[in-house]
Amino acid sequence: MTRHLILGTGVAGVAAVEAIRGVDANAEIVLLGDDPFGYYSRPGLAYYLTGEMMEKNLFPFATPDFQKLNIRYVKGGATKILPNEKIVELDSKSRLAYDRLLIAVGAQAVRLTVPGAELEGVVKIDHMSDARHILQLTKKTRRAVVVGGGITALELVEGLISQRVNVTYLLRGDRYWSNVLDEQESRIVEKRLKEEGVELIYHAELIEVLGKRGRVNGVKLLDGRTLRCDMLAYAIGIQPRVELAKEAGLAVDKGILVNEHLQTNDPNIFAAGDVAQAYDPLTGRSIIDSLWGPAREQGRVAGLNMAGRKTAYLKSPPFNVTRLAGLTTTIIGTVGRGRDDDLVGIARGDSETFRSLPDAIAAQSGFDVNRLRLLVGEKYLLGAIVMGDQTLSLPLQKIIAGHADISSIREKLLARDAKIADVVADFWREWAGGQVVA
Amino acid sequence: MALRDLFRPESARHKASSAGQVTPDSARCVQCGICSFNCPIGIDVRRHAWTGEAVVNSRCLTCGECVARCPRGVLRFERTDLFAEAAQ
Repeated sequence: MTRHLILGTGVAGVAAVEAIRGVDANAEIVLLGDDPFGYYSRPGLAYYLTGEMMEKNLFPFATPDFQKLNIRYVKGGATKILPNEKIVELDSKSRLAYDRLLIAVGAQAVRLTVPGAELEGVVKIDHMSDARHILQLTKKTRRAVVVGGGITALELVEGLISQRVNVTYLLRGDRYWSNVLDEQESRIVEKRLKEEGVELIYHAELIEVLGKRGRVNGVKLLDGRTLRCDMLAYAIGIQPRVELAKEAGLAVDKGILVNEHLQTNDPNIFAAGDVAQAYDPLTGRSIIDSLWGPAREQGRVAGLNMAGRKTAYLKSPPFNVTRLAGLTTTIIGTVGRGRDDDLVGIARGDSETFRSLPDAIAAQSGFDVNRLRLLVGEKYLLGAIVMGDQTLSLPLQKIIAGHADISSIREKLLARDAKIADVVADFWREWAGGQVVA
Repeated sequence: MALRDLFRPESARHKASSAGQVTPDSARCVQCGICSFNCPIGIDVRRHAWTGEAVVNSRCLTCGECVARCPRGVLRFERTDLFAEAAQ
């Protein structure tokens, strides 16, 4: 009987458990996790902060669902992996033996390192416990300063606004999420934030958190300004939790390096989700995604391989549907490039692919709330951003993932003042007609 | 139904009474549970979005709450036009 050990109770770990059990009814499966809340919807924390969801509704699986999978759930964290002995050591000095090991421990927030970062009232949103902590603090918080970028920083801004906290959002550069959004899109988001009452300060670099009796009471900026606040919330990026793998001698770059079977350089050890840097046979590159969909799919494929069903992970173009300042936004494939000074490396809800844009021409339309931007390659669409009206979000996702040949509409898309939404809608009707659309 | 009507919450609600079943696109879902939370009769729509199976449930009112409230466009109505089939 094969012994499977899964480290991490996030979606990658759970998907792996389901996949293994689907193939092997008798295998021993142990799920080891150090998050006291176990498996919950990490992206759902944004809706918990805004008050749209209650904590208890963020758990997709109830106890009977886990019972059905017939696993042993061990609360605790691994402290060491001993690949030669095929043993994982736990906090409590107990040990678990495995035949196949999956590392799906995710990523954690990059910590703020400025002086004063340890003060009460300096918060991040990484786990359920952080969201709970923030909500407790908001009761006595009148003004918060938010620093950072990407989706998570806006989740903080919007969550705090919903809790009736006044928010000042500091940007290091001159616009929001500059390496994924174009200027027009950044401005749309910023305008909406201002309408919600958020104060935006550009070219602002936080150098110190000020406090009194152990609690935040302000922040100091590089230009000498001081801002009064009771909370500092930050989202400056995430780091894959690679320490265990590194110490065990596994190949690690930014994440744990895995081949297309999600296997590390030790054939008995696999990695999936935010901690994994997965090889993409199509591009020859190893990529980190911090997205729910790829984490689930990687977990599933890793599980199948662990159970002996050799399966390749076929990376599809990453996409994310999110709300930016209340505006539903879909990001598909490759849409930007370069770096964003508000972030260190990657953020949650992010993919490195979003920023790997080679030379492509942008076609765009809409300059108010609804906006559509397409990245038009020679023969295919490379990426798209759909803001506001989401009519074309699903068609574009299928067109990009399905490598639809767009040669026939390329000129129309790039024509001056082209009505690109109509061109895409017409193309979709014709193309989807000849496809089996899931 | 025009293509652009498919994803609009208002028209989703409006079409509900004539439409058939709620169908998920699992790849978009992050299991936040807003759909299940807002279902007036307590169908676990989130589980359908996990397994990818349409909500084929005689208790489903096709009220459109889950379709309208999903923040990520996971759910849509798929028509099960029984009369059209019968007519053929």
